[in-house]
Amino acid sequence: MTETTEPTGRPPPRRGALVPEPYRVVGRQVEVADVVTLALEPHRGQLPAFAPGQFNMLTAFGVGEVAISISSAPGGAGAVEHSIRDVGAVTHALCEARIGSVVGVRGPFGTHWGIGGIGEDTDVVVVAGGIGLAPLRGTVRDLVARRRDGGGRVYVLVGMRSPDQILFAADLEDWRRRGADVAVTVDVGAQGWQGPVGVVTSLLLDAPFEPARSVALACGPEIMMRFTTRALVDRGIDPRRIQVSLERNMQCGIGLCGHCQLGPLLVCRDGPVVSYGGVADQLLMERNR
Amino acid sequence: MTEAMHGILSSHRFLSGLPEGTVELLAGCGHLETFEAGSLLLSEGSVADTLHLVHRGRVAIEVRGPGRDRHIVDTVGPGQVVGLSWVSPPFRWHFDARALGPVATVAIDSTCMRTRLDENPTVALALLERLASVLLGRLQATRVRLLDLYGHDRDH
Repeated sequence: MTETTEPTGRPPPRRGALVPEPYRVVGRQVEVADVVTLALEPHRGQLPAFAPGQFNMLTAFGVGEVAISISSAPGGAGAVEHSIRDVGAVTHALCEARIGSVVGVRGPFGTHWGIGGIGEDTDVVVVAGGIGLAPLRGTVRDLVARRRDGGGRVYVLVGMRSPDQILFAADLEDWRRRGADVAVTVDVGAQGWQGPVGVVTSLLLDAPFEPARSVALACGPEIMMRFTTRALVDRGIDPRRIQVSLERNMQCGIGLCGHCQLGPLLVCRDGPVVSYGGVADQLLMERNR
Repeated sequence: MTEAMHGILSSHRFLSGLPEGTVELLAGCGHLETFEAGSLLLSEGSVADTLHLVHRGRVAIEVRGPGRDRHIVDTVGPGQVVGLSWVSPPFRWHFDARALGPVATVAIDSTCMRTRLDENPTVALALLERLASVLLGRLQATRVRLLDLYGHDRDH
């Protein structure tokens, strides 16, 4: 390159970064039993520019606010998508939101995957676990659309809990059809499942990427990312060419409140996407934080 | 040894980097086997006497329960091995291993292999180290899966 493997972005917070704007739910897709994707459109004005990897603070009025990653790529039909897992009061209320209802949105916040500087000959290894596929979805769409015959390949390696929990199955099939190497493994097999059973790192063994000319993007539970990043480095990828998406208790979204502090980082402002080499490698190993 | 088997073993990931003579030693105790989709490579409770080096296809390690569907606990693909219970007593398979599609392996007879390894301690040590690394990897993967990582996202 000089290829961009450093996360980039962090546009200046918009006016009223602490005040939720009303957005209307214009699309609602149940992905799996406990994950819903909402398409949101601003009630007034234009959709702010965003990049995959960034997040918004979504408000279920009367219930609370929560940080949710953007799961779509820019350039859609005026709406931004968020895939939400129903795990608590706020996310439950958001998952229950119907088309036509209004939710609050602040953002977009944070850094993004910064794939603009990745060369055409570079292999891109995307490793996602569970709902961690959502922040990568828009980026993979972009990567797959940009790939050319004879250029670098896109490897999408996904770990899910079980076959009935596989997110974005239609996207996975679409990416495969468009030439990406897509592999999915599950922790728990089921009758009729013909694919791999095991941890997501096992998929790295069979992915024939060229480590010296590869970059990697990883998102999922932190323990999964710890094992994944180690496995990527063991395969020969330079730690500085690996990016991870961190998750903390984001509240203000603009680096003021300190709730999301992780070592020297305020994850809402300096993350969520950070370089593994020199940044996340130490943080993912820290205890008592 | 057939040329085909030699070619498969020479390029098999499990044997990569092992001392010279390993391929010849194993090939002398091996034969090519193919399995149709759904057929068993190994059956729980029967005598463990074979190491399968998977060449093609995917194999499910599974367990049965009375009145329950088969439960797949792991899968193994090309470049990996199936069948480690011949290493120590009681030399019985602990799980079933079923072909998920057409599968081809090099099947190594464990009795023959033990005899030859007794005569070649260098290869024996290297092979046992390699088997130990496979076992360690499976143990670590099992521990990670016990964490049920994808079932415990943050709570909001």
